[in-house]
Amino acid sequence: MTYSAKFRVWRGDAEAGDLQDFTVEVNEGEVVLDIIHRLQATQASDLAVRWNCKAGKCGSCSAEVNGRPRLLCMTRMSTFTEAETITVTPMRAFPVIRDLVTDVSFNYQKAREVPAFAPPADLAPGEYRMQQIDVQRSQEFRKCIECFLCQDTCHVVRDHEENKQSFAGPRFLMRIAELDMHPLDTLDRKDQAQDEFGLGMCNITKCCTEVCPEHIKITDNALIPMKERVADRKYDPLVWLGNKILRRS
Amino acid sequence: MSGPVTSSAEVSQTPEPTGRGVLAPGRPRIPARTLRTDRWWVPQLITGTVLGLFAIYATIRAFVNTDYYAEPYLTPLYSPCLSTKCVPNSSDFGTPIGHWFPLSPAIIILIFPLGFRLTCYYYRKAYYRAFWLSPPACAVAEPHAAYTGETRFPLILQNIHRYFWYVAMIFSVILTYDAILGFRDQHGRWGHMGLGTVILLVNAALIWAYTLSCHSCRHITGGRLKHFSKHPARYWAWTQVSKLNARHMQLAWVSLVWLVVSDLYILLLAHGSFDDPRFF
Repeated sequence: MTYSAKFRVWRGDAEAGDLQDFTVEVNEGEVVLDIIHRLQATQASDLAVRWNCKAGKCGSCSAEVNGRPRLLCMTRMSTFTEAETITVTPMRAFPVIRDLVTDVSFNYQKAREVPAFAPPADLAPGEYRMQQIDVQRSQEFRKCIECFLCQDTCHVVRDHEENKQSFAGPRFLMRIAELDMHPLDTLDRKDQAQDEFGLGMCNITKCCTEVCPEHIKITDNALIPMKERVADRKYDPLVWLGNKILRRS
Repeated sequence: MSGPVTSSAEVSQTPEPTGRGVLAPGRPRIPARTLRTDRWWVPQLITGTVLGLFAIYATIRAFVNTDYYAEPYLTPLYSPCLSTKCVPNSSDFGTPIGHWFPLSPAIIILIFPLGFRLTCYYYRKAYYRAFWLSPPACAVAEPHAAYTGETRFPLILQNIHRYFWYVAMIFSVILTYDAILGFRDQHGRWGHMGLGTVILLVNAALIWAYTLSCHSCRHITGGRLKHFSKHPARYWAWTQVSKLNARHMQLAWVSLVWLVVSDLYILLLAHGSFDDPRFF
């Protein structure tokens, strides 16, 4: 079934821009990215959009559809009514480069700041041995496709540009949790998570979990467990006393 | 197939960035605080209303200091009743608080379940969104100029949630004991059961489920471990708590509502509005 849909697409750059109206053909089974491509082909040949796999696995086509952070390629047109005007904008937590393309280098900067996996010094690559039940918890976090929708929706940085210095965002706090839970990682990341990457800024309102296209339970399985680990280290005198008595590091 | 490109007159005037949040310099210049078209405010409105109603109800009941015991039932809002002012037979754990305490016996103990729920990871999400609008909803700009999260006093105290959990476990035992006492009749004889017994049993079960599904419980049972394989019993416990934890929000709501149901039932019994239907 084919119909004409009303679209409003944000066009512009860091200096200026506005929402522009389009009427465009929609066919059965299409997703929003298909419509954006049709706009490029028929009405706005210079419309900038970042995309790659069209399968929800590369994390390139992150944007906001009707105000909600989504992957353009995973947002089916069948979820909208034919009368609905669909608004597509770039992610609003990051600087815009042009049209639907944003500068997500904030995330790469934060990724570089997280200390890498640190196996025991006497263990060579290829000698890593671990049981499945010890690693399966953190394997959930490896599903991340780095679309940065969680970073985009997190109000800590979305609504407070100044927090970008001190807050790594859910994606990289999840990375820290992944490494802290890893059976072969030797670094203690709890103090760092709180003091350098701003875990205490997170008020667990779960927007990161709501927008994750991989359905990773970021808040329940990564951020809250990491907050509890930080509480062990910094806010629980009983755990501190127990560690002293039992001489645990 | 398609219409011409037309600039929207409504939005053609690009506003100057204000330097804050989604209007910060460099970000796409979109004046609206949100472009969401769904009714994003409905969940927060419902959450705020229900939590607000519960707060009003519990405050009134805590201070009113009457109609909290209808033998053999003691309302969970007053359990354990630790004051010498408690009505006869309602104190099963002694009365260490003397007449010097001027307020209702509920005030002595309510700080613990209240603290447990206030620092609960689910309720934090609920009231941060509903009352503090931080954020009002996902991708809806919050109204605050600055944000420090849970890094400073008083919100840094959310980190003591586990201590409230320890006390909540004790309260779960006490409320279970109260439910078992419901197998007595009005004269204290065992082997009887009424509708109140069922209500208190359900209450105890829901309180246990909510308490055991807590994120701190999940951490303490096994979440803090690095090697599950070295602790099979704790790993098993962690997997069970994790299953409950996935329902933590639902259990938080149901157990809260059932607290009111239990209290209201015993209030009406104690007030003499009707008699407890006895099964045997």
